[in-house]
Amino acid sequence: MANLMMKTGGWFLLAMLALFGFAASADRGFAVHMLICGLAALIAAVVTMRRGETAKADASLYDDEVIRWGVIATVFWGIVGFLVGLVIATQLAFPWFSLNSEFTTFGRLRPLHTSAVIFAFGGNALIATSYYVVQRTCRVRLAFPGLARFVFWGYQLFIVLAATGYVMGITESREYAEPEWYVDLWLTLVWLSYLAVYVGTIVRRHEPHIYVANWFYLGFIITVAMLHVVNNISLPVSWMGSKSYSAFSGVQDALIQWWYGHNAVGFFLTAGFLGMMYYFVPKQAERPVYSYRLSIVHFWSLIFLYIWAGPHHLHYTALPDWAQTLGMVFSLMLWMPSWGGMINGLMTLNGAWDKIRTDPIIRMMVFALAFYGMSTFEGPMMAIKAVNSLSHYTNWTIGHVHSGALGWNGMITFSALYYMTPRLWNRSRLYSLRMINWHFWCATLGIVLYTASMWVAGITQGLMWREYGDDGYLVYAFVEVVQAMHPYYVMRIGGGLLYFSGAIIMAFNIAMTIAGHLRSEAPMSSPAFDPARDRPIRPAPIFAPVAA
Amino acid sequence: MATQFARHKTIERNVTLLAVLAFIVVAIGGIVEIAPLFWIDTTVVKVDGVRPYTPLEQVGRNIYVREGCYGCHSQMIRPFRDEVERYGHYSLAAESMYDHPFQWGSERTGPDLARVGNRYSDEWHVQHLKNPRAVVPQSIMPPYAFLADRDVEIESITAHLKALRGVGVPYSKDEIANAKADLVAQADPEADTTALLKRYPKAQARDFDGDPKRLTEMDALVAYLQTLGTMVDFNAAGPREQAE
Repeated sequence: MANLMMKTGGWFLLAMLALFGFAASADRGFAVHMLICGLAALIAAVVTMRRGETAKADASLYDDEVIRWGVIATVFWGIVGFLVGLVIATQLAFPWFSLNSEFTTFGRLRPLHTSAVIFAFGGNALIATSYYVVQRTCRVRLAFPGLARFVFWGYQLFIVLAATGYVMGITESREYAEPEWYVDLWLTLVWLSYLAVYVGTIVRRHEPHIYVANWFYLGFIITVAMLHVVNNISLPVSWMGSKSYSAFSGVQDALIQWWYGHNAVGFFLTAGFLGMMYYFVPKQAERPVYSYRLSIVHFWSLIFLYIWAGPHHLHYTALPDWAQTLGMVFSLMLWMPSWGGMINGLMTLNGAWDKIRTDPIIRMMVFALAFYGMSTFEGPMMAIKAVNSLSHYTNWTIGHVHSGALGWNGMITFSALYYMTPRLWNRSRLYSLRMINWHFWCATLGIVLYTASMWVAGITQGLMWREYGDDGYLVYAFVEVVQAMHPYYVMRIGGGLLYFSGAIIMAFNIAMTIAGHLRSEAPMSSPAFDPARDRPIRPAPIFAPVAA
Repeated sequence: MATQFARHKTIERNVTLLAVLAFIVVAIGGIVEIAPLFWIDTTVVKVDGVRPYTPLEQVGRNIYVREGCYGCHSQMIRPFRDEVERYGHYSLAAESMYDHPFQWGSERTGPDLARVGNRYSDEWHVQHLKNPRAVVPQSIMPPYAFLADRDVEIESITAHLKALRGVGVPYSKDEIANAKADLVAQADPEADTTALLKRYPKAQARDFDGDPKRLTEMDALVAYLQTLGTMVDFNAAGPREQAE
C-alpha cells in the first residue's frame, strides 16, 4: 500500500512540476508541451491508483500485454506516418496543398513524416518485437514488468511531444533528431529503461546461449543510446523555453549529425530490424538459421563498419577530404556484411522455397530481404564520390531511402505483425491470409512506382543541373528543373497511395483478428500455433517439496 | 578456424561481455573520424570577413531553422563547375564556423542558398516569401505570409546571445550588452547604426519588409537571407589564392 502511495504521489509531483513549467514557460510551444506532460503524468497517477496493487500475473505465460499494445501502436503510427508522407508528396506536386497555414507547410510536416515512420512506426515495432523475441528466446518473462510498461508509454509521450513540436516549429533542425533538448532528455530516460528491461531479461534467461536476434537488438539499443546522447548535446537558451543551440558548429556539427543520421539508418533501421529477421524468418519458415558462423561474422562486421559510413552524406562539402574518403571506403566495405545478412536470411528458406507460393507471410519476408539486398547494394554505390556528385541533393536519395524503408523495414515489420497477432491474442489464425496477398501486391506495386519515379527524377535532376550547351553556358535555370519534376512527383503520389491502401488492408485484417473473427476462405499455409508450447520455463522451486 | 568460432560461445553466454564488446566496436569509427576534426588545425581555416551574426540575422536564422527550410534548401556549394557558375564560389568551412547548428542541408528541392545574399532585392524576397508563385510561377514553395504579421520578440535576444557564447561564438561583452538595441536598430531606417556596424562589419541595416514601423519576423528572415555568403570577399581572396 505504501508503495502504491509513493508511486501515485510521484506521478502527482511530476504533474505539478509540469504545471509549474507551463506557468513559467518562456514561449508558447514549451507551454503546450508542459501541459501535455502534465496531463500524461495525471493520467499515469490515476491509472496507478485505479489499478491498485496489481494482481499477480500468470507466471506460466509470457508477459505479452505490453506487446499487444505495441502491435496496435505500430499499426496506428504506421498509418499516421504513411498518411503524412502522402500529404507532403502531394504538396510537392500541387503546392496549393500547403493550405496557406503555417502549421501545414512542407518544412514543418517533413520531420513529422520521417519521425512518425522511423521512430513511431519503426520504434514501436522494434520495442514490441524485441520484447516478444527476448522472452521467447530466453524462455523467461520480461524483467521489471513495471519498467517495461513505462518504456512503452514513455515512448508514446516522446512521439507526441516530438510530433506536436514539429507542427509548432520546435526543432533542432538535425535530420531524424529534430526534437528539442527536453524531449531528448526524456527519450534518454526512456531508452536507458529500455536497455535495463532488455538486459535484465537476458540476465534471467533459462537458455545458456543468447540467441543471435538478441545480439542485434542489444547492439541497436546500445548504439542508439550513444548516438542520441552525443548528437543532441546542446545548450538551452532558457530552462523554461524550448530553444537550444547545438554545442557544435559548422564542419564538426555536420559530421556529428551525419554520424548520427547514417547510423539511425544503420542501427535503428538495420540492426534492430535484422534482430526481427533472425527470429521471425526461421520461425515462419520452420527452418533453423542458415549459418551460425555467418551470423557471427555478420553481426560483428556490420556493427563495426556501419559507424564509419556517415561522411558519405558530406561528399565534396567543406568536410576534410580524408574524412570523406574514409567514409566512402567503409561504405563500400559495408556492402559485404549487408549481403552476408541477406544471404543468411534467404538461405534459411533452403528446403522450404515452395512456401513462397503457399505462405503469404514468407513471401513478404523474402521480398523484404530482397529489398534489403537491393538498397544495401545501392547505398555503397551512391557512396562512391563520383556517383554521389550526381546523386547528392537529388530525388535519387529519396528513392533510395524509400526502397529501404518501404521495401525492407515496412515489409519485415508487416510480416512480424502478421506472425505475432494471432499468437498474442490466442487466435487459431489471422482473420484472413488471403488479404495479406492483397496487402503484398498493393505494397509491392506502390514501392515499384515510388522508387522507379524517384530514380528517374533524381537522375534527370542531376543531369539537368550540370547540362552545358554548345555556347558554354548552363542550359537550364533551376526552376526549369523543378518544373521537370512534376510528372514524377505525381507518379510518386500513386505509389504512396498504393502502399497506404496496403497498410489499410492490414489494419482491417489485424483489427478483425483481434476482434476474434475468422474469414471463411480457401485455406493457405502458415505454421501451426500451439499455445501450450508458447510458455516460459518456470524456475524450479529452490526447496523442492520432499515426497512423503 | 573452427576453434575461433567456438570461442565466440564465451561471448554469447555472457551478456555483459557481449554488451561491452559491442559498445567498444561501435565506438571506434566515430572516435577516429570525429575527434580529429576538433584538433587538426586545417579543418577550419580562418578567413577574413567571417563574423558572428547580428542579433537580427540570428533571429532570422532561428526562423529559417524553425520553418525547416533546410528540408529543401542546401547551404553548401560543392566545388564543381556547374555549381560554382550557378551559385557562386564553393563554400568554405570557415563560413559556417559560427553556425549552431549547421544548415548545409541534404536536398535541393529548391536552389542552394549559401550565397543568396544581395542577389535579389528585399522587395523580391518579401513578395516571394508571401506568395512564391507571384514572382516565380513554377515554384512549389509554400507561402510564408504570416511572417510579415508577426513581431520579433525582443526581450529574449540577450539570453540567446549568451547561450551562443556558451557554445563558443565569440560575442563580446559589448555585443551582448547592446543586443536589444542592435536588434531594433538594424531594421529601423531612422536609427543611428554606426555602433552596430562597428560591432558587426558589413552588416546591412535598413527596413527589410517594407513596413518601417514594425520589427517583424519577415525583417529578420530577409536580413538573414541577405547576409548569406556575403561575409567573405572572394574578389580580394582571388589573387591571393593564385599567388599561393
